[in-house]
Amino acid sequence: MSVLSRRLCFGFLLFVHATIAVALSEPQEARYQAWINQLRCLVCQNQTIADSNAPLAADLREQVRSQIEAGRSDDEIRSYVTARYGDFVLYNPPLKSSTGMLWIAPFVLLVLALGFVLRRLLRRSSSS
Amino acid sequence: MKLWHLLPLAAVLGLMVLLGLGLQLDPRVVPSPLIGKPMPDFSLPTLEGRPALLSAHDLRGRPLLVNFWASWCAGCKVEHPFLMELSRSVEIVGFNYKDAPSAAKDWLAQGGNPYRVSALDALGQAGLDWGVYGVPETFVLDSGGVIVYKQIGPMTPEAWQTIKGLLQ
Repeated sequence: MSVLSRRLCFGFLLFVHATIAVALSEPQEARYQAWINQLRCLVCQNQTIADSNAPLAADLREQVRSQIEAGRSDDEIRSYVTARYGDFVLYNPPLKSSTGMLWIAPFVLLVLALGFVLRRLLRRSSSS
Repeated sequence: MKLWHLLPLAAVLGLMVLLGLGLQLDPRVVPSPLIGKPMPDFSLPTLEGRPALLSAHDLRGRPLLVNFWASWCAGCKVEHPFLMELSRSVEIVGFNYKDAPSAAKDWLAQGGNPYRVSALDALGQAGLDWGVYGVPETFVLDSGGVIVYKQIGPMTPEAWQTIKGLLQ
């Protein structure tokens, strides 16, 4: 093969590599789908980046995809996105002091409501 | 009537106050985790071509503003006159975000150029690293290159009052 045709061939391969995203393996694809369905799009805040057509969502999907391709762990991907956009991008935020209310409040309300109902029932049964 | 019976009313009133306060917040403003951290590393070509490459190193040594802008961005048009005014008292470095250089040049030629230099972030990679999610966004850097404040949306005289205090 001449130098020129070898160069052309190399250029063509580069082109193919750049234009067609290499298909992810099945477990990689599953991880990719799981990730893009639990990251919030900050442009249209009530959509995941899987649902959103915003350019930023596309950029983030591409990031997640290339990081999975590069073999990054879930922890690494999580710290990549939260270092830039904070816990707000996670639809499943971690339990820490700033998110404590978010996690604990429903249980507090549940306990209060159950206590209220229990009290009522006890009083009714004692009066009858 | 026992005092105890007022509890549900008190709870409802408390909830209304909380919800009322919540309504005052702007959900589009997401606090940046980058506040108090050094600016992200970057190395980008510039709109002017001089210097050929701009990097984090070039932005250290004096307080300045980093403004993400684009010619397609409506909010940038809103803040532009104020940035022109500010540029007389503080250095502003632009990050031209996902824009065409020719459109960006036209835009600056028409309205004036408040930036000492504009880095070309054509693919939005620097935008991702800086946690940008909607232009315009303005970062305030101290002389050590640490991000001390982030303004989401157009820069306003009110925001500038807060920032001026941080820069001193």
